[in-house]
Amino acid sequence: MIPDAAAIEVADLRKAYATEDQEILTLDRLSFQIKPGEFVSVLGPSGCGKTTVLKIIAGLVPPTSGVVKVDGAPVVGPQRKIGLVFQVPALMKWRTALENVLLPGEILGLDRVVARDRARELLDLVGLTDFASRYPRELSGGMQQRVGIARALAHDPAILLLDEPFSALDMMTRNQLNIELLRIWSERKKTSLLITHSIPEAVFLSDRVVVLGPRPARILDVVPISLPRPRDARVRVSVAFMEIVDRIGRLIGLEYV
Amino acid sequence: MKLTLTMVALVVLWEVLCDALKIPSFLIPAPSQVALRFYEKRALYFTHTWVTLYETTAGFLLAVVFGIVSAAVIVVIPKMRDIVMPLLLIAQLVPKVAIAPLLLIWFGYGLVPKIVVAFLVAFFPIVVNGASGLAAVQPELLDLGHSLQASRWQIFWKFRIPTALPELFSGMKIAVTLAIIGAIIGEFVGGNRGLGYLIIVANQELDTALAFSAIFLLSVMGIVLYGLIEILERVLIPWHLPSDPMAPMETTT
Repeated sequence: MIPDAAAIEVADLRKAYATEDQEILTLDRLSFQIKPGEFVSVLGPSGCGKTTVLKIIAGLVPPTSGVVKVDGAPVVGPQRKIGLVFQVPALMKWRTALENVLLPGEILGLDRVVARDRARELLDLVGLTDFASRYPRELSGGMQQRVGIARALAHDPAILLLDEPFSALDMMTRNQLNIELLRIWSERKKTSLLITHSIPEAVFLSDRVVVLGPRPARILDVVPISLPRPRDARVRVSVAFMEIVDRIGRLIGLEYV
Repeated sequence: MKLTLTMVALVVLWEVLCDALKIPSFLIPAPSQVALRFYEKRALYFTHTWVTLYETTAGFLLAVVFGIVSAAVIVVIPKMRDIVMPLLLIAQLVPKVAIAPLLLIWFGYGLVPKIVVAFLVAFFPIVVNGASGLAAVQPELLDLGHSLQASRWQIFWKFRIPTALPELFSGMKIAVTLAIIGAIIGEFVGGNRGLGYLIIVANQELDTALAFSAIFLLSVMGIVLYGLIEILERVLIPWHLPSDPMAPMETTT
């Protein structure tokens, strides 16, 4: 790998869906890059096609045109170097928290003993040490999503793709998980791409925020977040934070009028 | 407990009414007469119950095996669904009672035609419930599987089968009660063994007490088979709490 090469590179990405009588453009010439270890958010209004961006990078959906590269190689299908966190926890309700985290190892045929140790360590990391043997229905929504994060990290992927992982949670849980995710990211240094429609969430977590407009989604701006790291909860009430949130809000708001 | 008391009360009421209204026993026998007949003919019942149980179980198990395989084919090979589903529906719409005499011609008077009828009536609910269960996998889980480059077999075994189990068990519970009916239909149409045959003979001889005790045994058989499936369900899928049909709908978050 060439040093300084982008971990994720999106160039001139377009995605259109064909319906019976017309073609509907959802993503219009998106271009951005994410450096190794960087945390980037893609922020946009609901229904603008943010999730499609993530699915294209994950190799689950093909682009209509444009190039998507991961570690310099064009994406042609799913890759094992990517970990996915979904909008819903998507846990297997017939498995305990620990067994859910073991799933990627089983599919990839990793060594069982190593995988089990690793899964326990990841449950520690997400603060669920005492809940390893609980079934999903015995866990709160926030806890279920923590299991989802641990599962995404189970096969030690270089890249973490998060698709609005906290949007179904209440504000308090959401803020708490933001802080947890920040801690996990700073411990593991995974290249991370977060899809979100929450401006404070994107600003709090990211190095840069890619701001998308409504359909068809175009990049309005890529906003660097110069807030110093490590960040803690106090950052959220700082003037610098508010200013960036306000700036992005205007960016989106102006586009709406 | 309330159920037991209610049933005891009903039996007592039945006995008292038969006695008080002097109902002839060939019309409605009193419970005591049914019990007496049952005791007198216990050896006879044993063999005939065994035959019906065998036909029912064999037909049901065949339906489970072929039903699950068919459901899997329908779900895993989408092209097959458009061919197989209409065929299944047409097959289901043919009245099984109507073809039972034909089965007699094809398979003779032995156990086979009874097992075939039991199989035919039990098959449909298993396929339908099995297929809808196998198809009900969360789309995110499929995305997860694909992103890890899981094989078709891994996705089927790790995601589809466990997702399908609760619905499959609902289908099996319906199927087992139908299988008993199938076996009885087969025995009614022709044969010389089984509780269905015994009921026909008892009717011809106006031995209503005998028919009643045969019906009683059939009910017990149905309850036991249903109960066995429920026990199996609890052992195999403890994570799935059987929902109380009378309880208000639970909203999942």
